[in-house]
Amino acid sequence: MHSLTEPKQATIGILGAGKVGTVLARLAIAAGYPVLIASSRPPAAIELTIDVLAHGAEATTASDAAGRADIVILALPLGKALPLDGVETLPVDELRGKIVIDAMNYWWEVDGVRPDLTGDDVTTSELVATALPGSRLVKAFNHMGYHDLDEGARPAGDPDRKAIALSGDDVAANDVVADLIDSLGFDPVDLGALAEGAVLQPGRELFGANLSASEIRDVVERAAA
Amino acid sequence: MADIEFGLDTFGDIPQTDTGELASHAQAIRHVVAEAVLADQLGIEVFAVGEHHRPEYAISSPETVLAGIATQTERIRLSSGVTVLSSDDPVRVFQRFATVDALSNGRAEVILGRGSFTESFPLFGYDMSDYDTLFEEKIELFSRLLTERPVSWSGTTRAALHDADVFPKTESGHLSTWVGVGGSPQSVVRTAQYGFPLMLAIIGGSPERFAPYTDLYRRAAEQFGTTAHPIGMHSPGFIARTDDEAKEIFFPHYKVMRDRIGALRGWPPVTRAEFENEVEHGSMYVGSPETVARRMASAIATLGAGRFDLIYSAGTTPMSDRMRAVELYGTEVVPLVRDILA
Repeated sequence: MHSLTEPKQATIGILGAGKVGTVLARLAIAAGYPVLIASSRPPAAIELTIDVLAHGAEATTASDAAGRADIVILALPLGKALPLDGVETLPVDELRGKIVIDAMNYWWEVDGVRPDLTGDDVTTSELVATALPGSRLVKAFNHMGYHDLDEGARPAGDPDRKAIALSGDDVAANDVVADLIDSLGFDPVDLGALAEGAVLQPGRELFGANLSASEIRDVVERAAA
Repeated sequence: MADIEFGLDTFGDIPQTDTGELASHAQAIRHVVAEAVLADQLGIEVFAVGEHHRPEYAISSPETVLAGIATQTERIRLSSGVTVLSSDDPVRVFQRFATVDALSNGRAEVILGRGSFTESFPLFGYDMSDYDTLFEEKIELFSRLLTERPVSWSGTTRAALHDADVFPKTESGHLSTWVGVGGSPQSVVRTAQYGFPLMLAIIGGSPERFAPYTDLYRRAAEQFGTTAHPIGMHSPGFIARTDDEAKEIFFPHYKVMRDRIGALRGWPPVTRAEFENEVEHGSMYVGSPETVARRMASAIATLGAGRFDLIYSAGTTPMSDRMRAVELYGTEVVPLVRDILA
């Protein structure tokens, strides 16, 4: 593990305590951030899991995590964040004005067949942005498999350092997320506007990518050509 | 570490015949039975067959295959890997495995799982959106059926049972039951809650990554007051005479399967470099008997595992190469791992 352990100012909230959520919590703790994590179950139901898998993170409710965190990562199944019946499951009010990182993907095996999430002309992160009016949405951490994420953190300058691509319409929010990615042990590659994140989605060139920053830029260039 | 058990695991992948054509589903199933018979003769402890509902895999009904193996073998334990409980009926699962237990003189074992494929859901009329509820309710019912006493139960996923007695009873009164988990922390905790042994499906990345899950299992068992059994792990691999031969035979056949499944999940095709990396550092035990044994021993020691099941078939790997891999596993790999860990 890398040695970026000086205490950080920003508090990270993570909604989702599954494979991805617990890996991100572990990385953020290792990087010195205070971490709040929530699942769809009561905090007590995930306390042991968090104590073992992301020791130092605080298990809480989704609305509390969203309310107290400066940066909130969505790491729950997309189909639960944007349910078919339209019932609001995300703490929309608490997330207003916050930087929200969308690490989710449409995954038919979990989400079921959802034509509303699979249109060719709009990314799932744009749908999430629409559902979160007032949030500063950035797409990141969605393209790398959770075990690569778990094993891949390296200090800046390490020749084996991998990159995490991000996209978002709020330039200042992108910069904050880029710094977070760097702190967690990866090189950030800012692709620009949220819609540019299409290349990161399942079925596209960068989905599953566990690559360096220059390799990611090459793939993006080739995809655009 | 004297009591480590070794198993083989297959999904009944459709292999090439020795003339290079794809086997039929029926041929593929008969070939699995022949491999299991060899595994039994070689003293391998467990043979597991996993349920899928896709054209690439011949086994959709593991316990029927196990029943065929049961009457031709003597010692080997007969397991599923996994039984997709969410889209099955716990009562029928119990009955079928209790029947295999009878046919095999008490060698049946079931590994329950949620499955990493979803074809069984529409096939049997279940809704993926009930994924969690289906497994939660059914594992609870299954755990009660394992008492082999009349059960009363009600839930939302099947008809209620009123003092229902289920047959056949096993001779031992105990049908060996594990839960297979692919990395969901909640599933690890649930397995501990019921006191079932935990089989970790480690199909990518370094096995060390799963060490926290073994801690979670033990601590959860402590909290629930249940027994934490030695954990098992199952991972893919392939064995030939030399490392190069194993990789050359295995990679193209693995790639066919991996890319077909990957395309469904939006992954790009697997590259040779990714494969080499996984063989070198990850969870693919491909190589000579010495190489595979060394890597298995290291993984077993890292996780403190009590059982290792090797998924020895992937994609269209030819029948004769698979059979030789089974033989090398039993005659060379397993004794070598035991030596290393002794």
